[in-house]
Amino acid sequence: MESLERIKARAEEAVPGATIKIIPNASPANQPSLLIDSDHTLAVVQFLRNDAALRLDFCSNVTGVDWLDRTVTTKVKVKTLIDGEEKEIEQPQVENFPGYLETVYHLYSIALKHGPVVIRLRTADRADGVHLPSLTPVYRSAEFQEREIFDLYGIRFHGHPDLRRILMWDEFVDHPMRKDYREPDDYEYEPTPHDEVLERAKEHYAARPQLDGAENLAADEHG
Amino acid sequence: MSVGFHELAEAPPRAMSSRLEGELLEVSLGPQHPSTHGVFRMNVALDGEIVRKLKPVFGYLHRNHEQIGENTSYLGSMPYTDRLDYFCSMTNNWAYALSVEKLAGIEVPERAEYLRVILAELTRLQNHTSLLGFLLSDMGAWGTPLMYAFREREKILDLFESLSGSRMMCDYMRFGGCRVDAGADWMERAEKVADGFPRFLDEFEKLITSNEILLARTQEVGRISAELAVNAGLTGPILRACGVNYDLRKVDGYGIYPRFKFRVPLGDHGDCYDRLMMRALEMRESLGILQQAFAQIPAGPVMNPKVKIRAFKPPAGEAYGRIEGPKGELGFYLISDGSANPYRYRVRPPSFINLTVLEDMCLGHTVADVMVILGSIDIVMGEVDR
Repeated sequence: MESLERIKARAEEAVPGATIKIIPNASPANQPSLLIDSDHTLAVVQFLRNDAALRLDFCSNVTGVDWLDRTVTTKVKVKTLIDGEEKEIEQPQVENFPGYLETVYHLYSIALKHGPVVIRLRTADRADGVHLPSLTPVYRSAEFQEREIFDLYGIRFHGHPDLRRILMWDEFVDHPMRKDYREPDDYEYEPTPHDEVLERAKEHYAARPQLDGAENLAADEHG
Repeated sequence: MSVGFHELAEAPPRAMSSRLEGELLEVSLGPQHPSTHGVFRMNVALDGEIVRKLKPVFGYLHRNHEQIGENTSYLGSMPYTDRLDYFCSMTNNWAYALSVEKLAGIEVPERAEYLRVILAELTRLQNHTSLLGFLLSDMGAWGTPLMYAFREREKILDLFESLSGSRMMCDYMRFGGCRVDAGADWMERAEKVADGFPRFLDEFEKLITSNEILLARTQEVGRISAELAVNAGLTGPILRACGVNYDLRKVDGYGIYPRFKFRVPLGDHGDCYDRLMMRALEMRESLGILQQAFAQIPAGPVMNPKVKIRAFKPPAGEAYGRIEGPKGELGFYLISDGSANPYRYRVRPPSFINLTVLEDMCLGHTVADVMVILGSIDIVMGEVDR
């Protein structure tokens, strides 16, 4: 299979306007990945699937990853005037990296028997911007896996035919695979919550959805 | 209460139009039913006996395996992988060990590689045998074929027990090798089991291949095209039953599989009969691999001494490793941030993804066929729900 740099260059040429970035992978596994911008994802993925030299017809694995907000503190030397004398002192500089959610797709080619080409999509943030295009119209194998990511990470996939919770029950509110998830207060030790435990547990359960529930769930605000 | 089928405006074209004709009966099949192979539910819309719509519902066994994996050390997840597909703990162990080995660049001693192949092929034998038994049981051949299959499975489980200490939850492999070595007497017993297996297979195949009822119940039932199978990410015997030549033992050549001579059986029609026969044929090939492995296995250590499996901290990075499990491609995707726990621990469960096209397989068939189709997919809920 051709190198990732070449794939990136050809994909950018085939889909005008697409920005693709190579994310290196330091591990000995040597599986770097392509970060694709969400506006051109479908076109790029269709190129990867239909291109005669790539033919990535098999989407094996779809994963969600949660990256929390990070703060990195570095010490920077700054010149300031102290008592009329210019001195160089060290000051901590705080840099904030906003968190985001990510989906990772492992694509292989059954026709040409090569792979994987790993592609990643990133959301704008972890709150309101958790929207990504769905790859289910291109790869049916993403259907249940994207539903699982919606369920456990809360990423809304546009263009998914049937975006509902799949492993948790429909009335459940949180997204349990998020790194800042806190389990319900009735978790494990309280089989039938009552009194104040019930009160605390209630915030994790939504009202039963009205009709079929998918629309309500997709529109809820709990992210 | 309505069963709740959801129709969104932008749905892509499906095998069936969503227009409903006449009066449809909505029925919940399962979750408590022996032929749903665990706690698995299907919401079906029936037109008389014919299935017009089918939505699988699962999660009854969900315990957020991946979350637990992220809160445990790398070694701590190893026994927990046994519980995914509890029929095939050996192959689960191997897939996880392989991914960690990729992540940290660990070499595996030769004898351990051979032991892994032997145990994986024994696992394949017992998984496929019990599947055939269950499938016949689903079709109404109550009891006898399943008992025949379980009689053979017991012999293999006995081998697992004497090697690892447990019949089903083996926890046998480690990243960098295997936990204990197999003695000469174990090898002898394993060889004996493998030698006796073709006789059982002959008998069993004779029972199924010429049985008129079985042919009527499986041929042309649950057909699926090769294009859809590839697009829907089907793997394992189900994919090969559609005629797609994709076996990871050949394609990836992980472990030491390139050293063995074996063929990849391929189906033609992609129906239940092909899926069923694919298992029978694969068992013959597994027996061939076993014989070669028994003949070639060298002496030596079974564990890479350089690997510190306790307080194990792989370098930061990520890796996706996959093997050809008995049910399909079993993969583990790990992201390490350099600490003792994986930052992300993801299982690619073959049974879960193989269920994606269950609806496409079942539409237009009767309720009784749904059970046969589900049985031919070969699912284990421990892996589907995780």
